[in-house]
Amino acid sequence: MALIDVTPEGLRCALGGFYVDPAASVDRAILTHAHADHARPGSVEYVCAQSSLEVLRARLGDDAKLVGLEYGERRRFGDVTVSLHPAGHVLGSAQVRIEHEREGVWVISGDYKRDPDPTCAPFEPLACDTFITEATFALPVYVWTDPRVVAKELFDCWRSERTHATLVFCYAFGKAQRILAHLAELTDEPVFLHGAMERLTDAYRRAGVSLAKTSPLPESASHKDYAGRLVLCPPSANRSPWMKRFKSPQTAFASGWMAVRGQKTRRGYERGFVLSDHADWPSLVKTVEETRAKRVLVTHGSSDAFARYLRESRGIDAAPLGHLYEGDEGDT
Amino acid sequence: MKRFAALYRALDGATATSEKVSLLEAYVREVSRADAAWAVYLLLDKKKSALSSGALRQRFLEASAMPEWLFEECRGHVGDTAETVALLLHALPRSDGTDESREALAALPLSTWMEDELPRCPRDDVDKQRAALVRWWSALSPWEALALNKVLTGAFRVGVSGGLVQRAVASALGVELSRVQRALTGDFAPSAALLTDLESSTAAADDSKPYPFLLAHPLEDDFVFDPARWQLEYKWDGIRGQVIKRAGQLFLWSRGEELVTPSFPDLREPLSSLPDGTAIDGEILAWSTTDDAPAPFATLQTRLQRKNLTPAVLRGAPARVVAYDLLELGGEDLRERPLAERRAALEKLVTDVALPVLSISAVLEAKSREELEALREAAHERGAEGLMLKDRESVYGIGRKRGVWWKHKREPMTVDAVLVYAQAGSGRRANLFTDYTFALWKGDELVSFAKAYSGLSDEELAELDKWIRKNTREKHGPVRVVEPELVFELAFEGIAKSARHKSGLAVRFPRILRWRRDKPAREADSVTLAEALLNPPK
Repeated sequence: MALIDVTPEGLRCALGGFYVDPAASVDRAILTHAHADHARPGSVEYVCAQSSLEVLRARLGDDAKLVGLEYGERRRFGDVTVSLHPAGHVLGSAQVRIEHEREGVWVISGDYKRDPDPTCAPFEPLACDTFITEATFALPVYVWTDPRVVAKELFDCWRSERTHATLVFCYAFGKAQRILAHLAELTDEPVFLHGAMERLTDAYRRAGVSLAKTSPLPESASHKDYAGRLVLCPPSANRSPWMKRFKSPQTAFASGWMAVRGQKTRRGYERGFVLSDHADWPSLVKTVEETRAKRVLVTHGSSDAFARYLRESRGIDAAPLGHLYEGDEGDT
Repeated sequence: MKRFAALYRALDGATATSEKVSLLEAYVREVSRADAAWAVYLLLDKKKSALSSGALRQRFLEASAMPEWLFEECRGHVGDTAETVALLLHALPRSDGTDESREALAALPLSTWMEDELPRCPRDDVDKQRAALVRWWSALSPWEALALNKVLTGAFRVGVSGGLVQRAVASALGVELSRVQRALTGDFAPSAALLTDLESSTAAADDSKPYPFLLAHPLEDDFVFDPARWQLEYKWDGIRGQVIKRAGQLFLWSRGEELVTPSFPDLREPLSSLPDGTAIDGEILAWSTTDDAPAPFATLQTRLQRKNLTPAVLRGAPARVVAYDLLELGGEDLRERPLAERRAALEKLVTDVALPVLSISAVLEAKSREELEALREAAHERGAEGLMLKDRESVYGIGRKRGVWWKHKREPMTVDAVLVYAQAGSGRRANLFTDYTFALWKGDELVSFAKAYSGLSDEELAELDKWIRKNTREKHGPVRVVEPELVFELAFEGIAKSARHKSGLAVRFPRILRWRRDKPAREADSVTLAEALLNPPK
């Protein structure tokens, strides 16, 4: 029996009596991070990294039963020993390390990246027997530029537009705060935040992450008040009535998908900033090799291609882990 | 290449036409005349591709260590070979040479690239191609390499229309728009002289140049028919073109501004007897050998595909021009005169020259909207696509002017077909399964019938994309064979027999009319039904 198997509810560890990022309500859920497609409400108990408690609270509500573990802290569940380790994806994101006498060590990466990010602890490579890795951007066309360079591009783009607002669309949790953290090193000028981003941004501040100054959008303001201002907003706000308050703003989207022109055009943004919280192709390959895993299972995105590449070009025993998430590539 | 790549990137990011015009205008002002001429030439897609996408891909695979299947995965995801290669440059080994030499190469002006660098990549020598490409690629950033790859393979597609380029050039040089339009229509040489000639008012006009075409809008729902105002004609289904006779020479231009004279030797000779200084707007058609009527478009198409126009081919599908409009007579530009006046002059000209290959598009009579619709219904039987309605008072404008010319096509033919294959699209549809193949029943078997790409909303595309991912039966490279379950109503403009298609039928302009969620696959139409739609040979 494998230590982890794929069930309709999600990744299950029967020997430990828990699920990782389950899609349904279960007794015990271990969460890799607080994005909505990983942390769903309704389970009895959630185990997560200590540093993700603030954001998870904002996400799951005050009634949810949350158990925080420090990174590296070992905890016994059923027949296995579990510890959480930094994944570098967003604040509080974790890889789940599961150890069993007979089955050896399994690591579930969750979402992760290897690029520097001032808002969270850096990814920790873990040696293991079986490594379950994400593959959201597992094609060699995805190679990230240094995020500090991208943040500077974004800053310059904003500063070059003095007569209209600059709207940068990005995910409300993780990306928005990462942009704010990079901007804190470049400017003292405050950034307007869409309402959907305020709670999570406050949670980051409470967790001690240093961010650029922000303010909510003024209740009544003419479009002139937005001239030369930067506004961060979630992708769902694009072309919504909310946008009418800005007169011909310049628009941009910050996401790894922006590396491909067709994606940018399809989503109708003028500019794309290639800024991702996922590992790019070289990082994925490097990470898999660093784990020295005997077997690699691949989920999300281009899992077939990545598994085939690992097998054929790197001689690693690798396979896609079902089609659990196909069609739901979680645009984070 | 650096400056041109920056322009390309900026144009790609700009959404407003006015912004694109000012970007291009700034470029034309800033760079040398030769660079500006080349940029205009490239953006108007005048340059023949130096290399096919297939060759580009092959040279990349030879030069890199990347497995072919992985490249194909990437291409399917990105949706464009030129862009895929540009994003994969990191997989190439570093070429010899210093960083300084690489930077100097990237910084060379566009005209130097076009005139001195591109010849290093000859069509017929793959080793030289590879050497040239690797040297170029290792000097360029991904965006610069993308611009170069597009220069090599053709088709920029950054939403820059001919009219936009003309406006930008006119405004950068401070010359009249109409002069720029004449100079940039048809063939021209991308040299500094192009722009210097435009600036000097004395330059001689090029005798071969056609006028920009006036295009029609589909008739709108709230259209009110006034028989006195609208001139009615058939909309013929051939190649829209211009017949130009100037300085003793005859030129035939297609609407795509391609010189097609060589394809029509049977028109060139008789039409040469037109008086000098004539420009006729009309339709080039293949004429039936049995009736006095146009042959189906398929006949003209077969003729166009022939490399060798033997006397037998010419006899089997003789060409003819049906004249719509007169743009120039006796060297005088008539475009500002009202249509009624141009029409009278056209009728006189066609009668005077009395050429069997040149007829006039008859003016039809309809006293009411009902009669108009009856004519439209009957257009099919006459071998026409529908009707044209032209304002008798209108001048011959440029491009698609609303309310001047309307096209009123007959209702398209339709069938209900089953989705069988899907492939990822390109451009803005990259990474979404949006290119579909549909099949019809032939007994108990589904045979592929038509491909269609357009007609669904973005929401439907997304929904279908999800469905395809979940219902894939087999994968053949980029093509997914899906469960034959979904039915779509397809519309098309014409249908003809074809030996090249499995169903034995080929359709023109197929598109998706709607998703028939109400129909199970078993109730889709059969090949027999589609055969019944074949044009009666008129």
